Amino acid sequence: MKVVLQHLTKKFPSRNKKSNDEVIAVNDFNFEIPDGKLIGLLGPSGCGKSTALNLISGLIQPTSGRVFFGDDDVTSLPPENRGVGLVFQSYALYPHLTVRENILFPLQNLKGSARLSKEEMEKRVTEAAKLVQIENLMERKPGEMSGGQQQRVAIARAVVKMPRVLLLDEPLSNLDARLRLQTREEIRRIQRDTGITTVFVTHDQEEAMSISDMIVVMKDGVVQQIGKPQDVYDDPINLFVSKFLGTPPINVFDARVQNEKIYIGDEAVLDAPGARDGAVWAGVRPEGFVPDENGPFTCRLTGVEVMGRDVSVVCGHDKNAGAGAVRAIISAENRPAEGAKTVRFSLKSYKVFLFDHDTEERIRFGEFEVK
Amino acid sequence: MTNDFDRIGRASRARKAAVRAVTYALLTFWALMVLFPYYWMLLTSVKSYSAYNGEYVPTFFTLAPTFQNYVSAFSEVPLARYFLNSLIFTIVTTGLMMAVIIPAAFAFARLEFRGKNLVFSLFLALMMIPNELVIITNYQTITGWGLRNSFPGLILPSVTSVFYIYLLRENFAQIPDELYSAAKVDGTSDFKYLTRVMMPICKPTIITIVILKVIECWNSYVWPRLVTDDPAYFLVSNGIQEIRENGFGRENIPAMMAAVVVISVPLIALFLAFRNKVMSGVSRGGIKG
Amino acid sequence: MDKQQNNLKGWLYLLPAMLFLGFFMVYPLIDVFVYSFEEGYNSASQTFFGVGLYNYAYVLHDPYFLQALKNTFILVVITVPLSTIIALLISVGLNSITPLKKLYQTVYFLPYVTNTLAVGLVFMILFKKTAYTDGLANLVLAWFGRGPVDFIDGPYWAKMFVLCFYTIWVVMPFKVLILTSALASVNQDYYNAAKVDGTSPFRIFRKITLPMISPMIFYLVITGFIGAFKAYSDAVALFGTNLNAAEMNTIVGYVYDMLYGDSGGYPSYASAAAILLFAVVFTITLVNLSISKKNVHY
Repeated sequence: MKVVLQHLTKKFPSRNKKSNDEVIAVNDFNFEIPDGKLIGLLGPSGCGKSTALNLISGLIQPTSGRVFFGDDDVTSLPPENRGVGLVFQSYALYPHLTVRENILFPLQNLKGSARLSKEEMEKRVTEAAKLVQIENLMERKPGEMSGGQQQRVAIARAVVKMPRVLLLDEPLSNLDARLRLQTREEIRRIQRDTGITTVFVTHDQEEAMSISDMIVVMKDGVVQQIGKPQDVYDDPINLFVSKFLGTPPINVFDARVQNEKIYIGDEAVLDAPGARDGAVWAGVRPEGFVPDENGPFTCRLTGVEVMGRDVSVVCGHDKNAGAGAVRAIISAENRPAEGAKTVRFSLKSYKVFLFDHDTEERIRFGEFEVK
Repeated sequence: MTNDFDRIGRASRARKAAVRAVTYALLTFWALMVLFPYYWMLLTSVKSYSAYNGEYVPTFFTLAPTFQNYVSAFSEVPLARYFLNSLIFTIVTTGLMMAVIIPAAFAFARLEFRGKNLVFSLFLALMMIPNELVIITNYQTITGWGLRNSFPGLILPSVTSVFYIYLLRENFAQIPDELYSAAKVDGTSDFKYLTRVMMPICKPTIITIVILKVIECWNSYVWPRLVTDDPAYFLVSNGIQEIRENGFGRENIPAMMAAVVVISVPLIALFLAFRNKVMSGVSRGGIKG
Repeated sequence: MDKQQNNLKGWLYLLPAMLFLGFFMVYPLIDVFVYSFEEGYNSASQTFFGVGLYNYAYVLHDPYFLQALKNTFILVVITVPLSTIIALLISVGLNSITPLKKLYQTVYFLPYVTNTLAVGLVFMILFKKTAYTDGLANLVLAWFGRGPVDFIDGPYWAKMFVLCFYTIWVVMPFKVLILTSALASVNQDYYNAAKVDGTSPFRIFRKITLPMISPMIFYLVITGFIGAFKAYSDAVALFGTNLNAAEMNTIVGYVYDMLYGDSGGYPSYASAAAILLFAVVFTITLVNLSISKKNVHY
């Protein structure tokens, strides 16, 4: 079932009672989620991604715009008639019911012709439990289970009624780091097995990139960019998106373009064919640095962090406009010599992005210009 | 298909609106049930004696309000006396209680001494002892000490509340130990630490306890009834009962209502001023009765 | 600071509280048992004949006590379930609205801060039938073609009705307050989850809301039982201090009457009655607790 959002907007009255301003949580959303895909709604907290999810679930009514499931306009439908499965950040498992009763709960709500026989219900519950591999925990209560197990139960409860769309709100944020890795693989697998169109909300870009077919990056209620994770990473549309994706984050320099060359400080670090003269932000991905004794980019070495196969070279630079130090990820065998004060790099052109100094929009040059 | 969906959506919204209407109707009904006695008491208090007694069928409003009843309430029965007694009783009892429970809560929360845990368990056990069980002996004790019809007799047995010691101790105990260590390093005495650090931090709880105790004192009836039979020492509750049975002559109901309004106003005003404090205090463990 | 001094200081801070509690709680608690076994105790001479169960036997055969016992039980059986159910209805309603919620909450809480005796007098006037007027309650009854009934000096059930009605009116603020905050503390996600799953409102209430707030409901039932068994001043407010004559006495009223007033001067009987009352309350609380253990889910 594909999901289409058309001009979807949600305004909330301001929390500050004295002012009449409205908060625009979701501003003019337009996109289509293809059938059977896993979509990650990604953005910093407060960007409206949970609101967007709840507009799809029907728990919130939009101020304007429409929501389609397939060809059906479901905008005015209450959540119970939409056929969505929803997994909450808090899991929202009923603490007084056992795992079996929790999973059974949605099925017992079905009325009329949709009502299943007892055996059919039992079968569906068992299938759902098998899908998330909790068959041996059926008589436990949620309080007696680990966070990861509760998460699985919550997913089972959401898929047991065979929803047309599965929605997950920050499904991993209450898990510890190891479980998070494991559970996100699990979500990917369950989604593939069931083929249910799935939307999940997260503020963790790594999580979104690793399992989504497509990511939607949001900021302040506005969609910034939509695309396959790798495409968005390789070709960000503005400074925000470039900064939001990637660990360690992209390095940002206060730079300028002169005669189709990018200058960071006094050094011309890269050719920028087709770019106009003026002040720009230059973003360089950490993996865009190549150690080069004659390279054009010089920085003060402050440390080397060992990451195993690679090392992270930590440097200072006067034009650094990012939040932290400049970081370059390079292969361990190329690590700078002991006692070195400075390091020199040349830059990979496809790992360097230019952004307008005022609008922070992408300035395309060279091979990127085609798009 | 789309029309169908619109219909379902409309039906669901209509259902919600209907539920909402019924909810408001129910809530308003109970609100009226609660407010009506207050309205009636105000209304009756401004009806003149003759007008009230002339109504065989009670009327729901009056066109000729009078304040004569309030004058009568203060001149024909010693309402001012009852009022003053209650005021003295409430202030002294509450003040004494705070002076007793704050050091006790401090000792339990902060000080280390032998036997503390045992004594604290005994205190907790005392929380379950209802007043009705101990009031008999207290009556005998106060009578034996010759304190009937006196303020000490009224006040002394009403001073302590194990529950408030417990409530305050819990609050004191939440203050991080680091603060105490820091104060010790700076050479602050325990008493100074209590008054300068702990009490200001726990001010909300202290205010809550004061308000709850004031309500309790203002409305107390049973104990004052037992130890006073001289109207000079009646509190408002006993005063109302006295007015009902012997004041004004039994039929002057408007004047009685004026007296009732006068004694009800202070607490209602206190409540409206400290609405949130009173309600959160009560939900944290105030039990009426 | 040396340890001895520290010990001393702790006890010093506790001393005032210990003195008050010792005189007015611990000693009386022991003494009430002593009184209840002293036969023929005389307040004036402070002498007694012997030790035994006579006081209990006397109280249990006293028609006034039996009347008070009956009244109290009726009051408990009617008001505890009724007030809890009404409070639940009101709280659920209150929790589902946003506009005017604070206003309603404030209004509902008013009886808590009002003098029971004072408002009781208003109720008395509303329900009383005199030579001059049938009273407001009878006016309402007349609209339905009934009455008039004197609810204050009339038939037993009319009086019991007013007492129950007033008791419910008085205990409602506390119950509504507790249930409203219990309902508000239920995670909204549970309701959203249920809504998405198409759960009917009634089923949400029965399967989610009720179990979630069941600990608070049991708390209210238990405190409600205890409170209703100790009913007294509500009855005085409505029917005056001579409750025996009005057939509206309660157990606590009986205790006080034995202690003081026209029929007073018998602390032994009062003690026996008080201990009997608490035996009843204690038993019922234990029963309540064991039922709640089976039915409360956390």
